[in-house]
Amino acid sequence: MDYRSPLARVRGLGSAKTGTSHWWMQRVTAVALIPLSFSLIIFLDLSLNAPYQETVAWLASPFNTVCIVAWILAVFYHAALGLQVVIEDYIAVEGVKIVAVWAVNLSFLLLALAALIAVFRTLLIG
Amino acid sequence: MAEFTLPKNSVLTEGKTFKAPAGAKNIRRFEVYRWDPDSGENPRIDNYELDMDHCGPMVLDAILKIKNEVDSTLTFRRSCREGVCGSCAMTVNGKNTLACTKAIDSYPDTIKIFPLPHMSVIKDLVPDMTHFFAQYASIKPWIETQTPAPADAERLQSKEDREKLDGLYECVLCACCSTSCPSYWWNSERYLGPAVLLQAYRWLADSRDENTGERLDELEDPFKLYRCHTIMNCTDTCPKGLNPAKAIAETKKLLVQRKLG
Repeated sequence: MDYRSPLARVRGLGSAKTGTSHWWMQRVTAVALIPLSFSLIIFLDLSLNAPYQETVAWLASPFNTVCIVAWILAVFYHAALGLQVVIEDYIAVEGVKIVAVWAVNLSFLLLALAALIAVFRTLLIG
Repeated sequence: MAEFTLPKNSVLTEGKTFKAPAGAKNIRRFEVYRWDPDSGENPRIDNYELDMDHCGPMVLDAILKIKNEVDSTLTFRRSCREGVCGSCAMTVNGKNTLACTKAIDSYPDTIKIFPLPHMSVIKDLVPDMTHFFAQYASIKPWIETQTPAPADAERLQSKEDREKLDGLYECVLCACCSTSCPSYWWNSERYLGPAVLLQAYRWLADSRDENTGERLDELEDPFKLYRCHTIMNCTDTCPKGLNPAKAIAETKKLLVQRKLG
């Protein structure tokens, strides 16, 4: 039996005094992804349709490298922020929620690392 | 936690049908959610056929007619019958509204009446509002100041500053918006919901209040505030035509302004 008053239950552990950065960075990365995604579309088009050397030459231009690396950073950061919100929405069991958020963050960190290494290996090896 | 199926004891059954009196020409059918906590039975849908030639124009008039003339066991809240008390909030044909300000003729055919969604039902159309009002109390819905009030005068407010409270002070806390919000359904233990967040913004927007920073501190929380994903059901359903989603967006703007300002 829970004898706490309704107000005590509502106030609980109080405010976490965070959340604004999370919410704001989700918007910032979303806006950044609008222009950055155009270079990804060009890159995907080249990857599928152009000869390998032409694709690597496109990627090797400093502007394009920066755009693709920025896209990778923004997209995985955005995805991790977004999926964390989905998990918090739908998973109420505290332990499962924490492990799920860890798993999402670590997975996207590894995926981002793999993507960055792939870009630089491609550029170095040619 | 998200719930996609009803628990066994919540599954609806078919209830009784009350026919309109013989000779009635203008008949309208009302399907009403009924649940009696003392019976141990599942909730049921009772059907009432009413003679609209002898019934007031609003949904609440029909419910009162049922209570007075057809079936006195029907339980619901009502008080002012003019949209200022917020008592008769319920789901009419799938949308939360105040029964007293919703015209029967705004619906084409059968009218289905349910209690507010995703709330514990006390009886029939009466939901348990304890948690909702505790959440309202938690945002300290009163003016907070350090400056003592002037000895012989009110705390003054310019016309422009007073106008900032328009669209906020009209909220009657009927809970139509909060109970229409999926985020509130899944996380109402911690998410304050649109109604309470609109009320919280009403005090953030008040030029006479001196506790804006502390109020923002209390709201800045992944669950209390940031469960709002601008689904907009709140604004869509508000029977007073208010915009809780905008109030929440303004609160988020204040928090960003405080951080980056």
